[in-house]
Amino acid sequence: MWVLRLIAKNAARHKLRTLLTVLGLAVAIVAFGVITTALNAWNTQIELIPPDRLVTRHAVSYTFSLPISYKDRIEQVPGVERVAYANWFGGLYQNDPKNFFANYAIGPENGIELYPEFVVPEDQKRAYYEDRTGCIAGQKIVDKFGWKIGDVIRLTGQIYPGDWDFTLRGIYRGAEVGTDETSLIFHWKYLDERIGQMYPGWSGQAGWFVVKIADPSASAAVCAAIDDLFRNSSAQTLTETEKAFTIGFISGLDAIIVMLKVISYLILGVIFLVLANTMLMSARERINEYTLLKTLGFGSFRVAGLIVGESLIIAALGGTIGILLTFPAADALGRAMSTFITVMAVKSGTLIMAMVFALLVGILSAVVPTIRALRISIVEGLRHIG
Amino acid sequence: MKIPLKYSIRNLLARRLTTAFTVFGITLVVFVFAGVLMLSQGLKQTLVSSGSPENAVVIRAGSGSEMQSFVSREQAAVIRSLPDIALDSDGQPLVTGELVIILNKDRRTTAKMANVTVRGVGARSFALRPNVKIIEGRNFEPGKTEMIAGRKAAEFFKGCGPGEKFDFGNTQWTVVGLFQAEGSAFETELWGDVDMVMPAAGRQVYSSMLFRMKQPETFEIMRDRIKADPRMTVDVKREKQYYAEQTQSTSTFIEALGLTVTIIFSLGAIIGAMITMYGAVANRTREIATMRALGFLRRNILAVFLIEAIVISAVGGIIGLAGASFLQLMTISTMNWDTFSEITFNFRLSPGIAIGTMLFALSMGILGGFLPAVRAARIKIVEALRAE
Repeated sequence: MWVLRLIAKNAARHKLRTLLTVLGLAVAIVAFGVITTALNAWNTQIELIPPDRLVTRHAVSYTFSLPISYKDRIEQVPGVERVAYANWFGGLYQNDPKNFFANYAIGPENGIELYPEFVVPEDQKRAYYEDRTGCIAGQKIVDKFGWKIGDVIRLTGQIYPGDWDFTLRGIYRGAEVGTDETSLIFHWKYLDERIGQMYPGWSGQAGWFVVKIADPSASAAVCAAIDDLFRNSSAQTLTETEKAFTIGFISGLDAIIVMLKVISYLILGVIFLVLANTMLMSARERINEYTLLKTLGFGSFRVAGLIVGESLIIAALGGTIGILLTFPAADALGRAMSTFITVMAVKSGTLIMAMVFALLVGILSAVVPTIRALRISIVEGLRHIG
Repeated sequence: MKIPLKYSIRNLLARRLTTAFTVFGITLVVFVFAGVLMLSQGLKQTLVSSGSPENAVVIRAGSGSEMQSFVSREQAAVIRSLPDIALDSDGQPLVTGELVIILNKDRRTTAKMANVTVRGVGARSFALRPNVKIIEGRNFEPGKTEMIAGRKAAEFFKGCGPGEKFDFGNTQWTVVGLFQAEGSAFETELWGDVDMVMPAAGRQVYSSMLFRMKQPETFEIMRDRIKADPRMTVDVKREKQYYAEQTQSTSTFIEALGLTVTIIFSLGAIIGAMITMYGAVANRTREIATMRALGFLRRNILAVFLIEAIVISAVGGIIGLAGASFLQLMTISTMNWDTFSEITFNFRLSPGIAIGTMLFALSMGILGGFLPAVRAARIKIVEALRAE
């Protein structure tokens, strides 16, 4: 017991220094937690995509569209349950790129049924079906701009020219914590009719098809069967699971993801330096005391325990405060960067990892001071002046 | 009387390990800070150097980039006959229509797909972009399904090297040459004859029009005149400005995330410096009191400790910056959020970044050293001399 008390007293001896060290540790743990959470956000989104959904798009790239008539042919493929189609609209709210959020047209009317992860109250869904210019938006984006049911939302088209007004008929919530709640969805038919009047060649086109299959384990065979259908047509298709499609899309950012990881480990380096420095200074000042303890007959093990214990207490304290601060920090960053990261949910795994790293840093920081304290001979130690 | 600088430096050397830890902490922060700025700078320079100040780009109003733009035949005809277009030595107007699309291609290194930009160009495109030079093979022949590849596109994408072939739009295309473009974004593109790319892509109209201005200095007047025509639902931009806008989202992303993180963890380094300096003050209480008794003023003592902190941060800053300058050897290939296509660029160190980084390092030292220095300056002589 007395050992613990001595450790605690030692840690509290230089209150300012200990406080600063704890603060430094906390800050670094927050930075580590926030970066890891941001990186996880992308992974979480991918994990939540149902495995029974495929995406069929133009083989050249996703800026090319496919004729809507492909829907009926895809539906004939064995193993396919339902088919919907969608177009990326890319409209800007208040014509400001800073307000970016995903918005797309989905058809046929009940195409949204293919997305069970978007939970919409039944009455709102019905209101949406009945309004040609209606739209459904995620809770987060609705909160961000303060919209209410019945509001008219004007988007300025970047791909489809002009100003487009949509009436908010429904608000969806995510079925899971990590589900994206920042999208806006509207009727494909409205898009098609209006664009058809402006540019007749543009009507009857789908950006991609969403294909729900009966058996996820047969997805590879169904993908191949769909692509075979259009092998010799003017618009060839590329079908893959929605998961694979999203991974491919995000892999464009690989280089940046790797860089963020490197930074998060450099941060751990900084905490190590701060804590190691504190322990080094404390141990240097207390060499006399440690030697005195040794003179009294305390073994090296006990003395080492004093130093390592103190280092661990400071590390644990800093780690805990850092973990508590990670939540508000992740939340703030998530809001500031909602364009790129739709969900910032702190995972318990991240917190455990942060704590393990903090404690590891605590042990490592005690190594050099401990060796110094143990190596010094009693005579030399007693003579030592801070 | 001032206390010599040597005193501060000797003190730092007295506790080498502590000093080294503090310096290294600042080094790490500076390294990341400079790295983030260099990355964003590299991206911007690559795109901005793509545009020429004498060229103007015409895209559909509100479309933001060539990828989403189309210019109708009527609009193209109006632009071709503008009186503001400079003439070449043969008296022909320097104007061209281009088509820009993106193609899915596998990367060479990983099996992953990315998007390569294909630009259908006209005969005048080369005169309008004098920085594009063929360095291997030959130029594509008009009317043939041939392309030339930017050297970075050839390096990064499967099937895009000289002599290689790939399928696009039910036809096979051969890469017949390699070009460089002084490190600009064109180096990640494939170029072919616009009249051949158009049918392959199933498009009937150009994405954009590009022309050399007779009088670049009166650009604003010309732009307003073109836009006054009700048929012209277009945006007219200086080519340089157009390319600067093509990187806004991505560079904002890098800077926002990178700088938030650096500032958070610069606090770690500041605290590290503070701990070290408080330690130094505590260790030397009697020494300081002795100096004060000898007649040194409070401000001399303050200066000594501030200088120590500044020396620590300056050394950390220089080492960090030196380390970061090696990043220039690295090439980054990533998706540009604004165009959804792959862009390759290097970290770039500019004098502005070097100065900004050093100022950042020094301010970490000053912030970390100020409070301890104040404590040192306010030590009470008699008590301190009596203290054990």
